Amino acid sequence: MKKKKAISAVITVFAVVLGLLWLIPLIWLVGTAFSVPSFHMTLFPTTSFTLDNLKYVWNAIPFGTYYINTLILVVCTFVVQFVTSTMAAYALGVMDFKGSALVFAVIFMQIIIPNDVLITPNFMTLSELKLVDTKIGMMLPFYGSALAIFLLRQHFKSIPKALAEAARIDGATTWQTIWRVYMPCAKPAYLSFAVISVSYHWNNYLWPLIVTNSPANRTLTVGLAIFAKSKEANMQWANVCAAAFIIIIPLLLAFFVAQKQFMSSFVSAGIKE
Amino acid sequence: MKTYTRKQRELKKNLVGWLLVAPSLIFMTCFTVWPIFRSIYLSLTKYRMGMAKPEWIGFENYINLFHSGLFWKVMGNTLYFALITIVPSMVVGLFLATIVNRKSRLTGFVRTAYFYPVIMPMIAIASIWMFIYMAKNGLWDQLLVSFGQKPMNILSSKKTVLPAMAVMYVWKEAGYLMVFFLSGIQSISEEVNEAARIDGAGAWTIFRRITLPLLAPTFLFVSTIALTNSFKLVDHVVIMTEGAPNNASTLLLYYIYQQGFTNFNYGVSSALTTVMLLLLMIVALPRFLSQDKKIHYN
Repeated sequence: MKKKKAISAVITVFAVVLGLLWLIPLIWLVGTAFSVPSFHMTLFPTTSFTLDNLKYVWNAIPFGTYYINTLILVVCTFVVQFVTSTMAAYALGVMDFKGSALVFAVIFMQIIIPNDVLITPNFMTLSELKLVDTKIGMMLPFYGSALAIFLLRQHFKSIPKALAEAARIDGATTWQTIWRVYMPCAKPAYLSFAVISVSYHWNNYLWPLIVTNSPANRTLTVGLAIFAKSKEANMQWANVCAAAFIIIIPLLLAFFVAQKQFMSSFVSAGIKE
Repeated sequence: MKTYTRKQRELKKNLVGWLLVAPSLIFMTCFTVWPIFRSIYLSLTKYRMGMAKPEWIGFENYINLFHSGLFWKVMGNTLYFALITIVPSMVVGLFLATIVNRKSRLTGFVRTAYFYPVIMPMIAIASIWMFIYMAKNGLWDQLLVSFGQKPMNILSSKKTVLPAMAVMYVWKEAGYLMVFFLSGIQSISEEVNEAARIDGAGAWTIFRRITLPLLAPTFLFVSTIALTNSFKLVDHVVIMTEGAPNNASTLLLYYIYQQGFTNFNYGVSSALTTVMLLLLMIVALPRFLSQDKKIHYN
């Protein structure tokens, strides 16, 4: 018993030490972002505390606009996905209509082929639609979400049909059944999908980079990349850290507050069975 | 009250079903199905910016690619990078899962520490790790110097650039894989472990003989997503090297991006996209086959 306890203690200590090691890049980022720039890079800040780096990058990069653009992108994408996926998930999970196998085939295709690899043909489609450098163009490929449909459908299927029958007998239409019976029951699935969708689009880079070419439409990640690669940022690690801090902080805070929700969302989004 | 015949009701149900899936289906068709076929078609044409329309050339794009050293170099890089990222990140992910699968007040903190890189954008991560890897002034080179070693300038050497990116990648990805392993481990019934313990099995034996075999489906699933992720994420290449030195860090998706959006050579970019699609389908195949037995979509 004593030996067991000792082993357990050793594992705990090791896990904590490894955890601290994992935190080093974040500690360095935050420490550097908030201290006076020095010519010598150190792991822990040695100079005094300052907000100047943050102020400098906030003015050097139109972060205000980028923040608004990213918020619009994240929120609008999620709202549309919410509506389209709810409808499709209901049809595929609850109704038994002819030809649904075809829809499943399309869903499966999107699950194995991520949007990112189709940048070239999708960009052509976008330019034919005259939607290059627009916010809507950035969102359009994500309006139909196989992942959301799948998540919601699993949940809808587990809801007893008797509930829907009861609503129907009370004279509810399809819309009302979805709205009053299925959606309230599937809150956890919506929450999981919200976490996945928001963090994906907040962090996404390649597609927004390709679609946008004016500051008016750029997102935070595109803005950060432009800054990090500019001559101005060369060797200016304090400024790059400050800029990175600005873009990672909202999600990171949300994660620290709702750590369990984030992890379980990521698990449920990995479609298992 | 109106009454419908059975046939009419059936018809109405099918109609409503199709109307409900229509919006999703239209978007998925336009941005997933259609571009797949379009890539295949364009890969058989000569099509560059400024040309009015694509010109049919058969397999010429593929033949040129297969004869170019660069294409094979890129394929080699892509597979090498996949190998050196997914194997370590799965091993580390499984290892992390086993050490956080316990009741302790510190578990919450530890899980958070391992998982937080997952929700950070690769762009931010790569910008930060750039400074870790930077020549001379970077943290890594400083560490080497303080131990009396020569600085490495890790991102400028053909040999070290991909492994360096892989270390960063494993740091970002291991926490993600950890949560899948954790949920796999937790779904193994405690009774099985208990029975083994009564039979006198030690912790290591239980792990090797019970946990690992029962995790087989999780392994299959995790390796698929890890492989797909390693193919689809190239943000770090854009930030850190742009393929340098001498294309030693050019990965397939980055090459697609370069051909399509720097060289504006849509034909070649489409041929590369088709190669990528083929890779992704091969990756998905085992998962599809194994799922076929368990899952019935209809």
